[in-house]
Amino acid sequence: MSGPGFTAAEMMAVAASRLLPDGAVCFVGIGLPGTAANLARRTHAPDLVLIYESGPIGAKPEVLPLSIGDGELSLTADTVVPTPEIFRYWLQGGRIDIGFLGAAQIDRFANINTTVIGDYRKPKVRLPGAGGAPEIAAMAGRTLIVLRHSRRSFVEKLDFVTTVGFLDGGDARRRLGLPGAGPTHVVTDLCVMEPDPETKELRVTGIHPGVERGRIVEATGWPVRFAEEVTTTTPPDRRELEALRELQRRTALAHGEDA
Amino acid sequence: MAEITGLAEAVSALVRDGATLALEGFTHLIPHAAGHEIIRQGRRDLTLVRMTPDLVYDQLIGMGCVRRLVFSWGGNPGVGSLHRFRDAVERDWPHPLELEERSHADLANAYVAGASGLPFAVLRGYRGSDLPKYGDHIRFLTCPFTGEELAAVRSIRPDVAIVHAQKADRRGNVLLWGILGAQKEAVLAARHSIVTVEEVVEDLEAWPNACLLPHWAVTAVCPVPGGAHPSYAQGYYRRDNRFYRAWDAISRDRETFRAWLERHVLGTGDFGAYMRSAGITLPPEKGP
Repeated sequence: MSGPGFTAAEMMAVAASRLLPDGAVCFVGIGLPGTAANLARRTHAPDLVLIYESGPIGAKPEVLPLSIGDGELSLTADTVVPTPEIFRYWLQGGRIDIGFLGAAQIDRFANINTTVIGDYRKPKVRLPGAGGAPEIAAMAGRTLIVLRHSRRSFVEKLDFVTTVGFLDGGDARRRLGLPGAGPTHVVTDLCVMEPDPETKELRVTGIHPGVERGRIVEATGWPVRFAEEVTTTTPPDRRELEALRELQRRTALAHGEDA
Repeated sequence: MAEITGLAEAVSALVRDGATLALEGFTHLIPHAAGHEIIRQGRRDLTLVRMTPDLVYDQLIGMGCVRRLVFSWGGNPGVGSLHRFRDAVERDWPHPLELEERSHADLANAYVAGASGLPFAVLRGYRGSDLPKYGDHIRFLTCPFTGEELAAVRSIRPDVAIVHAQKADRRGNVLLWGILGAQKEAVLAARHSIVTVEEVVEDLEAWPNACLLPHWAVTAVCPVPGGAHPSYAQGYYRRDNRFYRAWDAISRDRETFRAWLERHVLGTGDFGAYMRSAGITLPPEKGP
């Protein structure tokens, strides 16, 4: 491989995985969060507890599931409980430290749309819908969001607020009385964003190696701000890259037997 | 009292035009054979309830069986869109589809309320979301003890719940393990229930708490080996991820979809014949 020796997608997965502390209890959403969470478990956070909405608690998959209720999750879990119990006892009961979500669209206050593009009654694009996200984002101790950076996904105004981040900013989330602290980081393939402590507007606080500021500005649908001190993300080290590639190799092999 | 019977007989006896049905199973044990039988019998104007509509409802929607969909996440997991669902919502094909849209936490709680004989469920949810603006099934109420504002969601009370399980014994006691989803809640919330199973055995050979449903709480038990395919049945066969990917191409185009369903579902008498027609083999649990 030429260039830095890793891809933007690998940098995104590694940067997101580093935000999961060992021993934390993490509710894992579908897609990119699963990759980062399982990478964390294979590197610095072997005791990370992964909970999936279908019912597995303490899942330790050897390959990444295509869906969120694959057999691999239940066979490797500490326990498997009914889906209603996941939402009632484990999430609403306050036992989740980190909710880890993907998104189709996000705005500057980290609100998420996964419902429609266009008008709800006559949508241009019908997206899958809420899934577990609204309550995960409301109830988990805090939330991490991971998604690819583009003008289509980082928008000035959401067509639909499926899942609340900080609503219209400031103390709006606190006034709403949501138990969790809300999003602490948004990780993309270009950068890491964190909410401003006062306004709650997402600002770029870390830029991945080799990424120009102009690319982030270009890929963001609002006039994006940068924090006063912006760090450069530490590139993936060999252990992280090997663990990620091994996980993806095993996953491709497992799914490749089918495909 | 559970009657052990054929799937076609059970659907014919219990599923009426205009009925509200819940076919449950979260990724695991999705009752696809039952969905096909409903299509074969040409049921219309159905209200379908399911957390994750998946391929089973994509097929029913595309074949024009559905008037209203109650759901919380409508995608092809890890692959992309449910094209028939999208075509119905975006372009009214084959006819308009009413949506009653919820979150997973809502729908899971609404099944529990239904199974508990309650008119609504209470949860801490939806505050700040746009979802409560669409439809009257989500309201807010004030907790009489703490003053906290909580969401109240209308409970789910299907006419018929349909689930797939690994085993039943000859009396109809149902054994189900692995990912449990909301199957038990859906069955107990419903007036009638159909449980398709991989096999009927003399003895369940399991601890009593692994028996998900006692025989007298189930209306019909129907042996349908492979009946969850392309979903999976733990202990029997893996999820057919290849089929989930292939479905993207089959379902993207209206004519291709219709032709496929007409040939393999309408053109066959039961799930075994469907699998032979469509060239489906169940992926073994342990790869080669």
